[in-house]
Amino acid sequence: MKPEEAMRPDSQPAQDASGPGGAAPPGRRRTAGRGPIRRLFHSLSERTIVSLIYLCGISAIVFVFSIFYFIFREGAPFLRDGFDFQKFFFSINWMPTSEVERSYGILALIFGTGAVTLLAMVVAVPFGLGTAVFIAEFCGRRTREALKILIELLAAIPSVAWGFIGMVVMGPLIVRVTGADVGANALNAGIIVGLMSVPIIVSIAEDAIRAVPDDYRAAAEALGATRWQVVYKVIFPAAKSGLLAAVLLGVGRAVGETMAVLMATGNAVNIPADGRFPFFHALDSVSTLTATIASELGEAPRIGALPDGSYPPAAHHYQSLFVIGIALFVITFAVNLTADLVVKGIRKQR
Amino acid sequence: MTTSTASSAEPRPGLAAAASADRGILTRDFSLWYGGFQALIGVSASIRPGRITALIGPSGCGKTTLLRSFNRMNERFPGVRTSGQITIMGQNILAPEVSLIELRKSVGMVFQRPNPLPLSIYDNVVFGLRLHGGAGSLCRAEEKLAVEKALREVFLWDAVKDRLGARATELQLEQQQKLCIARLLPLRPEVLLMDEPCSALDAEATAAVEELLDGMRRRYTIVIVTHNMAQARRVSDDCIYMLSGRLVEHGPTAELFINPRDRRTEEYIEGRYG
Repeated sequence: MKPEEAMRPDSQPAQDASGPGGAAPPGRRRTAGRGPIRRLFHSLSERTIVSLIYLCGISAIVFVFSIFYFIFREGAPFLRDGFDFQKFFFSINWMPTSEVERSYGILALIFGTGAVTLLAMVVAVPFGLGTAVFIAEFCGRRTREALKILIELLAAIPSVAWGFIGMVVMGPLIVRVTGADVGANALNAGIIVGLMSVPIIVSIAEDAIRAVPDDYRAAAEALGATRWQVVYKVIFPAAKSGLLAAVLLGVGRAVGETMAVLMATGNAVNIPADGRFPFFHALDSVSTLTATIASELGEAPRIGALPDGSYPPAAHHYQSLFVIGIALFVITFAVNLTADLVVKGIRKQR
Repeated sequence: MTTSTASSAEPRPGLAAAASADRGILTRDFSLWYGGFQALIGVSASIRPGRITALIGPSGCGKTTLLRSFNRMNERFPGVRTSGQITIMGQNILAPEVSLIELRKSVGMVFQRPNPLPLSIYDNVVFGLRLHGGAGSLCRAEEKLAVEKALREVFLWDAVKDRLGARATELQLEQQQKLCIARLLPLRPEVLLMDEPCSALDAEATAAVEELLDGMRRRYTIVIVTHNMAQARRVSDDCIYMLSGRLVEHGPTAELFINPRDRRTEEYIEGRYG
């Protein structure tokens, strides 16, 4: 067979496709009649699919903005009707349902969130970074794969299951070990949320460590560094922005966690600190910003505006919870944005 | 002051006494496998102390592997096996009781791509000292002195003395490579291994590094891998030609280039392959 003959069957369909309306070979005339309809159908479905994909693409933006709009709209009347910034953020009295003296002060809630987040990071940072170092630097390929799957599994445990463990396992354990009055306290929630933050810290930190060029390791090893010296003298300094980002994302996770915290903190509005030694009381029950919203929103009546446009005092409870929501939104947004900028910073350096 | 300049200008006592070949690097029937692939086949060589020895040969001939065997850097890769012996300064470095840390302290290595650590210039130079010194063993003044001495030795001091705190990775490539040499010196190495130290540098920088090497002759035993035949000719005293994991010829550079004993060496240096 000559090369030209071999080429012909291939080249003809290609010509058909590229030249619409061009001379079709005789054998194909029967299907040519359906051509325009099929083309129309094709271009329609093509356009539908493209616009669907486009919609999916922008939906994230739409959702974020609509959520922000909604939260803001619900909270806005509270901000408008004589909102006292100082009292809201610096009063410890959260008494939204009191008949005698209603008071909306979220300082104790901020402290609760702060205490849980701090304790969580005390647990999660050493644990998470240690695991990341082990996975990235010390273990073999098989152990690494197995561990990564397990860590992902850890991330997949629903938060209510974590809360359950906090109530049933961690609580009694804390009471037995420390002699605390109640097992549901800041320490309990801190440990639980810490463990929940580990997976995200591990995965980001591991990426950061593995992104450190091997040249650095070789250089340090050739100078006689031990493996541990390589880690803390070379890899930590080289990966520090990535590690910081990992910790920040862990913080974001801890601040935003709700269900496990609600179950493990005891949910009592209280500042877990005082002026006397030891100043910080991890064994106090606390309540956090998130847990307060979750537990009270169901009970807070959503009351519409009076004919003159003002709201009755009872309506403020519901609205104030949304203002807490705004505060949370701002906090987590700031933390995540910082982490993001830090990570971008590393990429630019390279 | 006088003692330090004197000791850096003259060969060190350890090397002066080491006229015999067994004070250099001695390999006896040394083979190395990467998994199932044998990269070095029965290499026996006696590299003389206080001289610059160039390892030449076509890509994949095992010259870098041989170089990396001298400070056991090959052990970073999984599945590496060796047989035979390597003796450096009279000690079998493959013996189980040899401390890898001590070995790498006295056998320094410079890599193909300049790889200063992402720290300041100052911290790069004292990195080795701090690794081996333990906490607070050197006072600040001693450290500073060591840094100045090392940077002067590589002709870098005048260029960087006012910005020792700057990041080393922001230096020019030539300066980075010089810094990589400088950071080995405070550890007082006997042997310096260089894996194509000029391949990432331009012609001018290459000349500067070669000049530096020339000045370091006799104070250190230097082994340099190079792809650049002209460079081997310029800087080395001795030359080892390798092919497919075997040592083909080893002799004084002038002799090997002008009058090679082996036909394969002759073909290679004439540019018929490689």
